[in-house]
Amino acid sequence: MKQVTATGHTVEEAVESALAQLNTTKDRTEVSIIDEGKKGIFGIFGSRPAIVKVTVKIDPLEEAKNFLIQVSEKMGAPIEIEVKQDGKHVHFTLVGKNIALLIGKRGQTLNSLQYLTQLVINRFSDQYLTLILDAEDYRKRRNDTLVQLAWRLSQNAIKTGKNVSLEPMPSYERKVIHTALAENNRVKTYSDGTEPHRFIVIAPVKR
Amino acid sequence: MKELIETIVKPLVDFPEDVHVSVIEEDGRVTYQLSVNKTDMGKVIGKQGRVAKAIRTVVYAAGSSQQKKIFLEIGE
Repeated sequence: MKQVTATGHTVEEAVESALAQLNTTKDRTEVSIIDEGKKGIFGIFGSRPAIVKVTVKIDPLEEAKNFLIQVSEKMGAPIEIEVKQDGKHVHFTLVGKNIALLIGKRGQTLNSLQYLTQLVINRFSDQYLTLILDAEDYRKRRNDTLVQLAWRLSQNAIKTGKNVSLEPMPSYERKVIHTALAENNRVKTYSDGTEPHRFIVIAPVKR
Repeated sequence: MKELIETIVKPLVDFPEDVHVSVIEEDGRVTYQLSVNKTDMGKVIGKQGRVAKAIRTVVYAAGSSQQKKIFLEIGE
């Protein structure tokens, strides 16, 4: 963490000198006053300079963004990132040429990058933030696919009267399926197995 | 590739200066040996190996364009 201690005739002057040294602005820093200083008599006798300590605050979003930009560049798929924040939910949208490489088969590369970037964000953040990475509307397309899959497999389960197990999925993808079939009273859904191999089972309801 | 591994791992650990990657090339396969500070081992492996798995997925994706098989080993 970057930190500078500066002195000046007044507190304001000391802060300004510190900001100049750090090459930053006041809203990006935390200032703690060590000594307010004294003017002294006629500004000569008993005067003491003001001392402040200025610390540059680390913006977790900025850190995460830089991390992702660097990693994707080294992967050979340079990107730009649009950031949206809604309370403790952070949404990164990736824009670039070689996005397919970053998404990977069934989004597994995107999910891995999301997990790693979330670790980076929460190293620097005070409150726990959840991060969603998206590119080329992948999450929405995947949601549509999952809803369709859920619907088709529920028909299968009803027709055969047997349980249908799906392949392992991350928690938010399972949630999509649970939600999609929540209102269907001919089947019930539950998750089985342990992370990261937890999977959904669609079971027909016996009458 | 070596740089990619360092870029991923360094922000995750407490001692980025102890992150080293060495490369062993044999015919048809490349093994990257990642070593980190002993106290950082947990951070790069993670609960149930989740972090290690995520790092591998990203590294293998980046290496998919090459003909050689890529392996990533993690040690102290």
